[in-house]
Amino acid sequence: MSNAVSALQARVASGEVTIREDGLRGMIILRGDLASKKLRNVCKTVTGVAVPAQGQADVTGDKGLCWMSPDELLVLVPYAEVDEALAAIDKALDGEHYLAENVSDARALIHVEGAFAREVMAKLAPVDLHPDSFKPGDFRRTRLAQAAAAFWMRDEDTFEVICFRSVAEYVFGLLAQSAKEGPVGYFAKT
Amino acid sequence: MLTLHCPCCGVDADETDLHAGGEAHLKRYGPGSSDAQFEEYLFMRENPKGVHFERWRHVYGCGKWFLAARCTNTLEVFGTYPAQTLEPPQHIKDAISAKRPGWVWREFT
Repeated sequence: MSNAVSALQARVASGEVTIREDGLRGMIILRGDLASKKLRNVCKTVTGVAVPAQGQADVTGDKGLCWMSPDELLVLVPYAEVDEALAAIDKALDGEHYLAENVSDARALIHVEGAFAREVMAKLAPVDLHPDSFKPGDFRRTRLAQAAAAFWMRDEDTFEVICFRSVAEYVFGLLAQSAKEGPVGYFAKT
Repeated sequence: MLTLHCPCCGVDADETDLHAGGEAHLKRYGPGSSDAQFEEYLFMRENPKGVHFERWRHVYGCGKWFLAARCTNTLEVFGTYPAQTLEPPQHIKDAISAKRPGWVWREFT
């Protein structure tokens, strides 16, 4: 078997806010009726978390679910378990109208960690990232500068960003530059 | 800058997250229609200074289409609503009437 590598092979840009490519992660795009009991059950079995509400993500460790659109979920699992998870989904949803596809190698996952991670993101995305508007657990698909991306907050100081593998280099560069230029102070804690 | 509320995923999306899809509520004429009807469907568009109805796609977000009622003159947004409808819902019409009494757009008032 070929040796799978992530887009940036766990590159790190250290600083007050550290940008870190997370390496390989299993990702499955699952489209279907999110109200379906079978779909909800298999998602819970595969990831251990319940299907999140609109605009939310529930990610613990390497596993989780992200609400992508009214008929789409992103299923996160460890890279080694992705085939197993996909087989479980296919088995559970047999006969339903759905689509499940392994997109692990088409994506990159980047962590943004540090005191002003919120501002590093806010400089790049047309999203209200004020602490009162965007909280851990919230999920947003949008763009970072010129590239499509999605992100959620793991905790108050950590963002996790997914983007297409083909623009991973660009997105990593953007985030690293944004972090290097320092905080704006707009979201300063009072 | 235009900010539209996406009724499909519930976020307030910036104009740069969206893609404009032209006029809303077009009636599609296909085989069996007259030349005039087909021309109307293909080419004839409103170009109002004021109340307008448009299709938008939340292209960087959920990827869904929705409809928006706004003023082309002031960029004021009267509301957005799901695309699965043949005419603007009453609450959108009421919102426009409150701000622009006597508005007319195609067959809607």
